[in-house]
Amino acid sequence: MSIDMTQFHGVFFEESFEGLEIMETELLELDFNDPGEEEINKIFRAAHSIKGGSGSFGFNEITDFTHVLETLLDEVRAGKHQLTKEEVNLLLTSVDCLRDMLSAARDKTEMDEEHIQSVQNELEKALGNKPFAKEENIDSNDSEDEKSSGSGWQIKFIPHHSIFQTGNDPLRMFRELEEFAEITTEINIDKLPPFNEYDLEECYLSWDLTLTTDVDEDHVREVFEWVEDECDLTIAQIESEQTNETKESELIKETEAATERRESRDRRKTDRRSGASTESSSIRVNTDKIDALINMVGELVITQSMLGQFGEEFDINNIDKLNEGLKQLERNTRELQENVMQIRMLPISFSFNRFPRLVHDLSSKLNKKIELKLSGESTELDKTVMEKIGDPLVHLVRNSLDHGIEMPADRIAAGKPETGTIHLNAYHEGGNIVIDIEDDGAGLNKERILSKAIERGIVKEGETLSDQQINALIFHAGFSTAEVVSNVSGRGVGMDVVKRNIHDLGGAVEVKSEEGKGSVFTIRLPLTLAILDGQLIRVGSQTYIVPLISIIESLQMKSESTKSIAGDAEVYSLREDYIPILRLHSVFNINCDSTKLDDGLLVVVEAEGQKVGLFVDDLLAQQQVVIKSLETNYKKVEGVSGATILGDGTVAMILDVTSLISLYREEAEFNKSSFINTEAA
Amino acid sequence: MATILAVDDSASMRQMVSFTLKGAGYDVIEAVDGVDALNKAKGSSPDAVLTDVNMPNMDGITLITELRKLPNYKHTPMLMLTTESSGDMKGKGKSAGATGWLVKPFNPDKLLATIKKVVA
Amino acid sequence: MNPEVREESVIGLEAGEDTNQFLTFMLAGEEYGVDILRVQEIKGWESSTEIPNTPGYIQGVMNLRGTIVPIVDLRSRFELEQVEYSNTTVVIVLKTISSGDEKTIGFVVDAVSDVYNVTDEQLKPSPDFGSAVSTEFVRGLATVDEKMLILLDIDHLMDADIDINQSEMTH
Repeated sequence: MSIDMTQFHGVFFEESFEGLEIMETELLELDFNDPGEEEINKIFRAAHSIKGGSGSFGFNEITDFTHVLETLLDEVRAGKHQLTKEEVNLLLTSVDCLRDMLSAARDKTEMDEEHIQSVQNELEKALGNKPFAKEENIDSNDSEDEKSSGSGWQIKFIPHHSIFQTGNDPLRMFRELEEFAEITTEINIDKLPPFNEYDLEECYLSWDLTLTTDVDEDHVREVFEWVEDECDLTIAQIESEQTNETKESELIKETEAATERRESRDRRKTDRRSGASTESSSIRVNTDKIDALINMVGELVITQSMLGQFGEEFDINNIDKLNEGLKQLERNTRELQENVMQIRMLPISFSFNRFPRLVHDLSSKLNKKIELKLSGESTELDKTVMEKIGDPLVHLVRNSLDHGIEMPADRIAAGKPETGTIHLNAYHEGGNIVIDIEDDGAGLNKERILSKAIERGIVKEGETLSDQQINALIFHAGFSTAEVVSNVSGRGVGMDVVKRNIHDLGGAVEVKSEEGKGSVFTIRLPLTLAILDGQLIRVGSQTYIVPLISIIESLQMKSESTKSIAGDAEVYSLREDYIPILRLHSVFNINCDSTKLDDGLLVVVEAEGQKVGLFVDDLLAQQQVVIKSLETNYKKVEGVSGATILGDGTVAMILDVTSLISLYREEAEFNKSSFINTEAA
Repeated sequence: MATILAVDDSASMRQMVSFTLKGAGYDVIEAVDGVDALNKAKGSSPDAVLTDVNMPNMDGITLITELRKLPNYKHTPMLMLTTESSGDMKGKGKSAGATGWLVKPFNPDKLLATIKKVVA
Repeated sequence: MNPEVREESVIGLEAGEDTNQFLTFMLAGEEYGVDILRVQEIKGWESSTEIPNTPGYIQGVMNLRGTIVPIVDLRSRFELEQVEYSNTTVVIVLKTISSGDEKTIGFVVDAVSDVYNVTDEQLKPSPDFGSAVSTEFVRGLATVDEKMLILLDIDHLMDADIDINQSEMTH
């Protein structure tokens, strides 16, 4: 029977990677002087599973490597081996090695043989073995196969009385023998007790078997392998006359068979296919969730047929029924939508899990003492958002490790505990997921940031900036105040790429810091990439969508509160703030109902700590919209983050507040300079 | 057709074993560890048990010991999944009442051949 | 449509590898052709939504069964005289390839014309005769049935379009 084993590979890889994570987590928390029994068992079992699976599915290099690893772990859990700190690090390196091997196997790429062999040798050394090249264990078996020269075997088989209690049955063994031999049996009932003492669960019989076969003794013994300790077994050869010819031909057959075995083994080793990595994106879903979805779709179908029926038997008096049906449709659709979105949600722990190892390795490298705290790991977010936030998170944590937390001596001198703390926290807030990365390090040095910014021309001399604005400068392109750009957190391209990646996800990042005390980086992300809560607005004949999350308030303007600055820039005085007014009709070059500020409305929006008021003609409905990409068939448009299809089938643009603010500034600069020019003229 | 209780904490192994056995016409009850297996065993009567040894919550050897205590499992064939190197595991298994073993790694053919030995 | 030509086209499809089929359309009295393999569909004109700050020939975008597709007014693109849209105005939706990406774009034309087979031999390079249509967009000229067809290279049409976009942003 040939079964396609590759169908199980996906699950094997998934569970193996999970197993490696368990190993890593446990190893990081392990007290090598006194490892807990359950912890060591967990690590052992994970390695054991990987070994078993890789063996069954034919990934032999992985099997061999894991075997050595498993042996070491077995000795530790049996109390035969005392772990050292270096050995724990070696085990962690082995986990990395296995990860690479599994990835290579999954993506069908090359493995780094040298590295694998060297790590394996280290493991062997730890076991007290001499490092050696892979042995050809299978060879030893081959040579023993050539022992059949007789024509049969005489077997005396006396099972112990309790043989049935292990579920064994002599009959089955005889059936097995029949597969390759002709048997004649002679039963021995000497040990049968009198009827009234007969215990049905005991075996009192024994047999003399005569086998006519040309297989060797090992083959025969194999049949009785399971019951070796539960019987008395004697096997004697029956001599026969064989012509030399038959002996020779048998020898030739055996040699050919051995060669075949060796060749297939070699073929397996050279069989390495290199291809593009096939990272199929999949997600594990609880079957309950799927069943719930199926039910909801069922209800949707019922509602649909009910509405369809109404369409056929149209009766204006039944308009109530129609409305009811439509309400139900809305309910069904909303429920379905919520539940489908839920399926893509995964806890952020998947992303947080890489940090214990990262902090452990990096703090060693930097000779700093750092403790990592994680909270809110069960906070859920969209799978794709989580995948994309991974790198930015790593960069921010590395940044805290590298530039935030001080050296132990400096910390003590500053009256702080020697061990610095980095705290990652995730929680839901107002339809978003918020991730805080907090450290109790040195905080941002505002003076240095400001001077660097002036040096780079990002900020002009004498310009007054709030503390918030100074801190936000670190996200500017080409900015890095590290005297020596360390290769830990990279060059100045880091922070601005982080900001851009987060921005691309529809999120925002900001930093709060206190010199000497520490910093908090806060990332805000939408819970999903596909849908947006939006406010529809109208400017002239155009309808736009403003993301609800960026709207602070909307109001009707009073002309006394509007002021004009330096020519064209208009601001609105709202309580203590001056909000710059952005005329959408001007930025977008479209018609509007009226250019008089009194006639329209001001929608005050905020992005990245800056507020701006959008001047619009009308506020329309608030609704959830599906985000459609403009870039798929066109390209990125300034001021617009995407598009959506409204209920009437027409397309509406979704505004990108941050981009609008940039556009506005560009135009303000343009106007200012032209104003200055005309003034000068 | 005969029913096999297959116990292994590795999902890929369970899938492979289940697929292979079902393809040959057997019914399969799957369990993820000893505790799960014991529960499922109490509510069913499989013709054979196939179990891994290293599992969380209750390992294979303990499972076999516990199963043998149940009245209708006294003579049920029970096979352990072992690795070649664990010589004493086979001994421990036999002492616990195991019928025999299947050595890992195994391929589907070997699995079926072994199961055929113990189930009619 | 000329039934004879249609028959011819069917036969032509099975014939040589050096033959290409073109869908032709009318634009300001001239007949242009595009590779029929790139034609996704032909729609009657419906309204489109403006995209802010784009060159004039980008009409806007429309909803094509849930996908956002940009609409280009070819008369405007070729800097020809603009006309009112009527009920014969059509949008030809084409699959273009620009910098390795496939993009679906709709082009507004006066009317759809026909389908022609053009062999490689019949395809002549277009002389630079200073016409409205830049030779970058033209694959070549062909004379079929005493008509001159201007065969367009739509990928280049959009490539050049992107370049122009970046410098011609209106304020």
